[in-house]
Amino acid sequence: MAETVKLLGTKGSPYSHRAEVALRLKEVNFEFLHEDLAHKSDMLLRYNPIHKKIPVLVHEEKSIVESLIVVEYVHEAFNGYAILPSDPYERAMARIWARYIDEKVIPAFWMSCWTDGEMQKGFIGQAKEALTILESQLKGKKFFGGDSIGFVDLAAGMVAFWFGILQEVAGISLLNEEDYPVLCRWADDYCSVEAVKESLLDRKLLVAHFASKKEKIFATKAPVYD
Amino acid sequence: MASEKGVMLLDFWVSPFGQRARIALAEKGVQYEYKEENLTEKSELLLKANPVHKKIPVLIHDGKPVCESLIIVEYIDEVWSDKATLMPSAPYQRAQARFWADFIDKKVYDCGSRLWKLKGEEQQAAKKEMIDILQLLEAQLGDKKYFGGDSFGFVDVAFVPFTSWFYSYETCANFSVEGVAPKIAQWAKRCMERESVAKTLSDPKKVYEFVCFLKKKFGVE
Repeated sequence: MAETVKLLGTKGSPYSHRAEVALRLKEVNFEFLHEDLAHKSDMLLRYNPIHKKIPVLVHEEKSIVESLIVVEYVHEAFNGYAILPSDPYERAMARIWARYIDEKVIPAFWMSCWTDGEMQKGFIGQAKEALTILESQLKGKKFFGGDSIGFVDLAAGMVAFWFGILQEVAGISLLNEEDYPVLCRWADDYCSVEAVKESLLDRKLLVAHFASKKEKIFATKAPVYD
Repeated sequence: MASEKGVMLLDFWVSPFGQRARIALAEKGVQYEYKEENLTEKSELLLKANPVHKKIPVLIHDGKPVCESLIIVEYIDEVWSDKATLMPSAPYQRAQARFWADFIDKKVYDCGSRLWKLKGEEQQAAKKEMIDILQLLEAQLGDKKYFGGDSFGFVDVAFVPFTSWFYSYETCANFSVEGVAPKIAQWAKRCMERESVAKTLSDPKKVYEFVCFLKKKFGVE
């Protein structure tokens, strides 16, 4: 029987990861369709004609795109696990911090890895400030979502798993236990959650992937797929 | 900020982002205190309410701050849920509404700014991009009364403040919104029939004066 839920994505993408973890938390039966981002499928271009990006969630032939929008959809459309808080103010805060991760934390960290000289120093400064602010949001909780993972934790998946890999390949140490003990502890706890573990690629494979693309990424400052 | 009861909005008169919040509050009939911020000299209250971004708009509800205009509008819709519902109820339609509001956020202001900041070929490229954006939005609107269908909704609130910037975009880049996207132009007029919109949007000529002021400030001839 064809699954009514399909996820177009890649295991290497932290954005696809958000959607995948959301579906696993809700115990939704879905079909994962791996996209080759160097040769995007007709299906991807049909379901996301405007941005042409993954992840794309297809539910009963209707497509939902943009990773955080997909996660909110999964939270609302399927019963079970509550990914977002029920209180409107707490929900607004979750959305604000997810946006902060996308607009400040990730860009600063990414550029810290793929620049050098004075430019890199500038980005490292920004990344450190953003990580400090993000870490402060844990406020003694196990996860950003409280006792269990939620919207902000999923948004921060890249921090938990990909940041360590990127900085290793780039040869810098930005997110480390000495400077960010709480955030590093959170990262370990996040990656230990069953739904997350099932979504993550083998670390060695991802390190090898980024290492092989290092020069190209350095030149373009953009992810490289081919 | 003590836990004062009530609603306050920290804002800047011409900001289309602030206007989104004002329109949502007006649609819901919420009484609030408006505080105009001097963006070159931000108040203690703003810096305390939004220490991370130090930007307007900030909604302060019973002492608790919410920032980012679209997040503020969703919050207003969820808290004052008894009237003028802005978000659709079905998950798929909600996802669509968020998608188009996000699209407007990512594209309109940035492209619009390039229309008055740039000259020559770069400006022409921005103009083509703006026309594409308007036509995409027009296709999404179709023959509906509003983006929300029969009722004024989330995407309408997200986009309508930019309609008072159309005159500035048209004047700087020499094109006509009505010419390239007539349904959008008609939709803009329909929205102005709503009190919440008419009372909130800045006069397009005043917006143009503001753009000219910015042009001087940024040294754009």
